Amino acid sequence: MANRLSQAVTGMQEWFNDRAPSFMPFYRKHMTEYYAPKNFNIWYIFGVLSMVVLVNQIVTGIFLTMYFKPSAAEAFASVEYIMRDVDWGWLIRYMHSTGASAFFVVVYIHMFRGVMYGSYKKPRELVWLLGMLIYLVLMAEAFMGYVLPWGQMSFWGAKVIISLFGAIPYVGGALTEWIMGDYLPSDATLNRFFALHVIALPLVLLLLVVLHIFALHEVGSNNPDGVEIKKGPKGNRWSPTAPTDGIPFHPYFTVKDTFYTGCFLLVCAFILFFQPTFGGLFLEHDNFIEANRLVTPEHIKPTWYYTPFYAMLRVVPDKLLGVVTMFSAIIVLFFLPWIDRGKVKSWRYRGLGFRIALVVLGVCFVWLGKIGAGPGTDPVETIIGRILTIAYFGFFVFLWVYTAFGFEKTKPVPERVTGHD
Amino acid sequence: MQMTQNFVASLVLGFALVSATAAWASGGGTLKPSNANIADVQSLQNGAKLYFNYCSGCHSLKFMRYSRIAEDLQLSEAQVMQNLNFTGANFGELVPGSMHADDGKAWFGAAPPDLSLMARAKGVDYIYNYLKSFYLDASRPLGWNNTVFPNASMPNVLWELQGVQTAKFKPATGDHEAEFEHFEVHQAGSLSSKEFDEVARDIANFLQYASEPAVFQRTSIGIWVLLFLSVFTLLAYFLKHEYWKDVH
Repeated sequence: MANRLSQAVTGMQEWFNDRAPSFMPFYRKHMTEYYAPKNFNIWYIFGVLSMVVLVNQIVTGIFLTMYFKPSAAEAFASVEYIMRDVDWGWLIRYMHSTGASAFFVVVYIHMFRGVMYGSYKKPRELVWLLGMLIYLVLMAEAFMGYVLPWGQMSFWGAKVIISLFGAIPYVGGALTEWIMGDYLPSDATLNRFFALHVIALPLVLLLLVVLHIFALHEVGSNNPDGVEIKKGPKGNRWSPTAPTDGIPFHPYFTVKDTFYTGCFLLVCAFILFFQPTFGGLFLEHDNFIEANRLVTPEHIKPTWYYTPFYAMLRVVPDKLLGVVTMFSAIIVLFFLPWIDRGKVKSWRYRGLGFRIALVVLGVCFVWLGKIGAGPGTDPVETIIGRILTIAYFGFFVFLWVYTAFGFEKTKPVPERVTGHD
Repeated sequence: MQMTQNFVASLVLGFALVSATAAWASGGGTLKPSNANIADVQSLQNGAKLYFNYCSGCHSLKFMRYSRIAEDLQLSEAQVMQNLNFTGANFGELVPGSMHADDGKAWFGAAPPDLSLMARAKGVDYIYNYLKSFYLDASRPLGWNNTVFPNASMPNVLWELQGVQTAKFKPATGDHEAEFEHFEVHQAGSLSSKEFDEVARDIANFLQYASEPAVFQRTSIGIWVLLFLSVFTLLAYFLKHEYWKDVH
C-alpha cells in the first residue's frame, strides 16, 4: 500500500517535472534551499513578519469587502453591521485594523535594521529601492483604507492630507479636485479609494514584494556582521557550492520563523482581544462618530504611523515648504545607499559617530511621532519639533560628510560570521 | 541560551511598550473615574432599565438590536419586550429614536445624537461625569447647563433622582475665564449622592456595552487564543532548538 502510494507520488512528480522542468529548481532556489547566513539575530525576523501581516491583511480584507458598502451613505453603518451582526465580523475587522498598525511597526523596525547593518549597501541597493517603493505604496494603501469607515477622522484626515497637494503651484487646486472627484471628500472619493485600496494598490504591493524578495535572493541576505557569506568559503553539509556560513531556509529558518511568528502573534492577539483600539491609537475615538462635513473635530491628526512626517509639516511655518519638507523626509531615504559612502556595513564595526547618529535618528523619529499625534498648539513643542526635524535631515548630511571625507574610524571586520542564536 | 534571553527580554519589552503606550494614549484629564465594570451584568441590566426609561425617548441606539441586548444581558424576550421596548419595534429590530431630528432641533436647539457609539467616541468616564454635571443656569434656553459639556442643549432628565444643583464659579479675571469650583445642592432628589453615582455609572456602563456588544466574545475567546498561542510558541521553540542543534 505504502509502496503504491510512493509510486504514485513519484509518478506525479515526474509528470510535473516533464511539463514544467524549471519549476522545482526555482522553488528550491527561492524557498527551501535558499542559503541564508546562520548568524541572523532577532532584528532579522521583521521581513518575515511583514509577510505574515501582508497575508493577514489580504485575507481579512477579502472578507471585509463582502459586507462593507463603499458609499458615503452606507459605509459607516456597514462597518458597525460587521462589528455587531456579521458572525465573527468583529474579529475580522479587528484583525484588519490591528494588522494595519502592526504592519507599520514591523516595517519601521525592518527599515531601521537595514540601516543598522548596512543592508542597503552594495550589492543590495536595488533591494533597498524596491523596499522603499513598498513603503511608499504601503502608506498610500493605509491612508485610503483609513478613509473607508467614513468616520470623522476618515473624512477630516482625508481632507487635510489631500489638500496638501493643493500647495503645489499652478496645478494644486485642480489636482485636489481630480483626486477627490469633488470639492470635498465625498461619495466619489470614498468609492474610488475603495477601488484603489482593495485592488489597485494591493496588486502593486504584491508585485513589489515579489521583486523585493527576488532581488534579495539574487545577491543573498546581509547579516549582523555585514560579512558577505558568498565571498567566504564554499561548501557545507547540504551542498558543495553553497556558502559555508549559509544554512538552507528549510528547515532551519522555517522553524525559527515559526517560533518568532508565534511570539509576534501573542503580542498582536493581546492587543486585538484586550486593547483593540489601543487607547485610541489604532482605532481613533473620533472615528466612532460618522463623518460630518459641518462639524470639524477638535484635533485633526493622521494615524500614528504618519505622525512623524505630519509633525514636520506642522512645525514648518510655510505650507508649501512644509509639504516639501515632509516629502523630502521620505524621498531622502531612497538615496541612502549613495549618501553613505562607508565600506563597513554593520554598526558592530562602524565608527562611534555612526552609532550615535543612528540612535539620534531613531529618537528624532519617535519624538516627532509623539508631537505629530498631539494637538500642536504648544509653542515650545513647535520649537522642539523644528530642532528634531533639522536633526532628522542632519543625520543624512552628517552621514555623507562622515563617510565621504574619511572621518569614520571603523573596527576590523571579521572574515567569517561570528556565531549564531 | 542567548536566544531565550533575547526572546524573554523582547517579549517583556514588547508588553511593557504596549501597556505604556496604551496608557499614555488613553490620557488622564479631569474626569473622575466611573469605575464602570463591563463584566457586572447587574449593573448593565440596571443601566439598560435606566437608559430605556430616561434616555431612549430622545436618543436612538440605531446599531443595537433588542434581541442582542436580551442575549448579552441575560434577559428573556418577554422581559425586554415588556420593560425595555416602548417603541412597538419587533424583538429582532434595531432600537429606533422616538423623536424626529427636526423636532429635536426645534425643541432643544440640536437633534439628540444617536448613542450607539458614544462611549467609544467620548469614553465611559465622560458619560458618567456628564450625567452628574448638570446645574441650573437661567441664561440657557431650558434653564440647564453642564460643566463637562458647556452649553449642552440637553436638560437634566435625571433631576428627580439627582436633585437640582447650582455651580459655583471663581469669577472671570482679566484673561482667565470663569473657573468651575464646586456644585451646591439646590433641591434634594429622591436618591442620595452615592446612589445617584451608581445610576450614572450603570447608564455609562450600559452605553459602554452598547458601543461594542462583541466585548464579551472578544475577551472570553481572547484568553483561549493567548493560551493556544503560548503552547504553540513553546512547542515551536523546542522544535527550533532541536533542529538547530546541528548548526555550528
